[in-house]
Amino acid sequence: MKLLKLVPDNTNIHFLKWRVPFYFGSLLLMAASLGLVFTKGLNLGVDFVGGQMIRVTFERSAEAPVADLRSEVAKLGYGEPIIQRYGKPNEISIRMKLPEGAEHDAAQSDKMARTITADIKSHHADARIDGVDSVSGKVSKELGWDAFKALGFAALAVAAYIWMRFEWQFGIGALFSLVHDVVLTLGMFALTQMEFDLNIVAALLTLIGYSLNDTIVVYDRVRENLKKYRKMPLPELLDLSVNETLARTIVTSLSMLITLVALLAFGPEVIFGFTAAITLGIFVGTYSSIYMAAPILIWLKVNPKSFVPTETALEKQERLAREGA
Amino acid sequence: MLDFPRWKVLMLWGVTILVALASLPSLCSVAGLTWPSALPSPMINLGLDLAGGSHILLEADPSQVRQQRLEAMDESVRNKLKTTDATIRISDISNNNGSLTFLVEDVTKVDAVREAILPLTSGAGLTGQRDWNIQVVDGNRFVLTPTQEGIDQAVSQAMDTAVEVVRKRIDGLGTKEPTILRQGAQRIVVQVPGLQDPQQLKALLGQTAKLEFKLVDQSALPSDLARGIAPVGSQIVPYADPKTGGAPIAVKRLGGIRGDELTNAQAGNNPQTNEPVVNITFNTEGGAKFAKLTTQNVGKPFAIILDGKVLSAPNINEPILGGSAQISGHFTAESAGQLAISLRSGALPVDLKVVEERTVGPDLGADSIRKGVIAMAVGTLALVVFIIATYGRLGVYACVALVMNMLMILGVMATIGATLTLPGIAGFVLTIGAAVDANVLINERIREERHRGRRVVAAVETGYKEASRAIFDANVTNVIAAVLMASFGTGPVKGFAVVLMIGIATSVYTSMWLTRMWVAQWLRRARPTDLHL
Repeated sequence: MKLLKLVPDNTNIHFLKWRVPFYFGSLLLMAASLGLVFTKGLNLGVDFVGGQMIRVTFERSAEAPVADLRSEVAKLGYGEPIIQRYGKPNEISIRMKLPEGAEHDAAQSDKMARTITADIKSHHADARIDGVDSVSGKVSKELGWDAFKALGFAALAVAAYIWMRFEWQFGIGALFSLVHDVVLTLGMFALTQMEFDLNIVAALLTLIGYSLNDTIVVYDRVRENLKKYRKMPLPELLDLSVNETLARTIVTSLSMLITLVALLAFGPEVIFGFTAAITLGIFVGTYSSIYMAAPILIWLKVNPKSFVPTETALEKQERLAREGA
Repeated sequence: MLDFPRWKVLMLWGVTILVALASLPSLCSVAGLTWPSALPSPMINLGLDLAGGSHILLEADPSQVRQQRLEAMDESVRNKLKTTDATIRISDISNNNGSLTFLVEDVTKVDAVREAILPLTSGAGLTGQRDWNIQVVDGNRFVLTPTQEGIDQAVSQAMDTAVEVVRKRIDGLGTKEPTILRQGAQRIVVQVPGLQDPQQLKALLGQTAKLEFKLVDQSALPSDLARGIAPVGSQIVPYADPKTGGAPIAVKRLGGIRGDELTNAQAGNNPQTNEPVVNITFNTEGGAKFAKLTTQNVGKPFAIILDGKVLSAPNINEPILGGSAQISGHFTAESAGQLAISLRSGALPVDLKVVEERTVGPDLGADSIRKGVIAMAVGTLALVVFIIATYGRLGVYACVALVMNMLMILGVMATIGATLTLPGIAGFVLTIGAAVDANVLINERIREERHRGRRVVAAVETGYKEASRAIFDANVTNVIAAVLMASFGTGPVKGFAVVLMIGIATSVYTSMWLTRMWVAQWLRRARPTDLHL
């Protein structure tokens, strides 16, 4: 039986030849993503801005009557709702701000949820209420801050670990490549205006762990080759390391993508955004392990000495003798 | 590296099968089969987002505890001084500005007062902690300020009590398997699976249920009351329902009875008016106090006060000696029943507010599980085909390990009683994709070593050895991310982190140990001279 071979043996692609334009392109993409996040903004869910969210499925309709709903709910006097589809066209979420004073008044926010759900049910017989979330302003602020802290700590902690296991240059390279992955993913959320909630933060945290897998594999090989080929120029050595691990990088990324695409296509709609974030992150992470994490080692001047064990007294004697002669 | 003695083989298989078996009851229930009840049946819990139900986050206000402590201290100081030395006179008592202040009229008694109240100010227990700071200003004015440690401890105790009260109340409702946990310094999480309409629950938890019986101060002038002025030693209390009760009345601050000395409370009907009422029974001590109060004040009205609002203020027609009483207050059958539950379970030591609430319908979860299973099946199948096509025999080993890994994740989750949430399903599928990474790394390395001309056994050995370093580092970073995730966020996110962590541990086990054992056994048995890779 002939085995499938996606990457031929002994590839010799000069990845790093194009490092400057690619780096420039990546920085541009990052800037664009940040620009989108700041101008268009993230579509923050009730987890982070507070308010009430009601999820509804219209069981016997192909498509949710979004326009009707918008005017019906707006008539109830609780302000303009944000109505958004998620997953299938007949599944929607309705988001509303809590009225003044209802922030801490369970009875009031309860009444609001009841009024809205009753109204929807009276107009649409096939509406199935899938869930109601009410989050007060105080809790949502805390959740936002906690999310920010968790992401920051995670990024720093994994970078510190890489530093500890390799060298400081590798730590910075890893940090840079995962900031790249997270920023691009945020950019996608700003661009598509998919809802950004607690689950997405969990996805970003997952990304921080998993997008680094490729980087670690490449770095591990760089370290090995640095010890093996002491005289090889760094760009060449990095190219060699990336090429040697290329088959693994491709096969692993494909394995992850196979399962993630299955999840996107057949999995629960409610976590579509979550899965999309991880999928994009894995994709970008593969790229960044080659074009973000590797070239930075050249600019930060990694050298083989970092990984050579300090010479013993005997070796020193021999070296001095050689140099003397 | 490739040496597997019999005991090691037995151990590896034993652990794998044992852990994998623990997943069977959960798998049976998903497939709709019944697991024989005679066998032990560890089950994976379904999170609220899958099982449906309500999640409610309650928050207490610590400033309330501070005020309660001031009021309690006020009373203790008065009682203490009264019993120590009847000649001590204090005046100008106030507990309004964050500390308790009073004047000792006779300056020579200042030291005696300090001596007497000193024991009241130290904390309970042997820590030597001081709950109150005593200061004497202007020679004879005492200022008692609660210390932060004392308040923190009091809040903590109040929260412990509150959790208990909440638990009793929810049990009183008869809901199934609620989860009630304290979260942080001043919050309580309540999760009730299957509950679709949390309104009743919230109404029940929103009621502090502090019941008091206080004498009505009849000396108060209605004109003063209207302007909010109460006679000395009294306070103004509004009616719970002004329409049926009337204007606010003044009640005497001291000499009342608190409703926490009850042994029972039941909703019932007044036989004469057929109006819903709550029948209460005092414990011995409370009964005696109630008897004394009603004996001494026959003919006078007393107010029944719930959470600072008057329910009713009936006249005491005759002494009530039996230790039981009836509370009326324009109840409905439902509100009477609720009050009875609240009184039975005791008053909440602090008010609780709902700050977050999430309710999930039952259909969404079932739908999500079904779709998750389909996605997993499709993903796994495609992955198995891809891996076997790429690595042949070694790919088969990797895939068998993958299936073992999936069973073991479920088995571990069932054994430790972990909760599967909606993002957890994604975590599970993601772990499947990520778990083959270790084998990909190993197999690629073996392939490389073969190209460099190593013999089969040496190549396999080097492959496992050299790849393990990167596998280890990669998994550590994943664990770091998962731990931070678990420390953050609500139930669903935590559930995801738990799946990731279990998956990382089991995948290292199955992809590094099990596959190595199988490869080693095959090498020994078949002694291949070439590896088809």
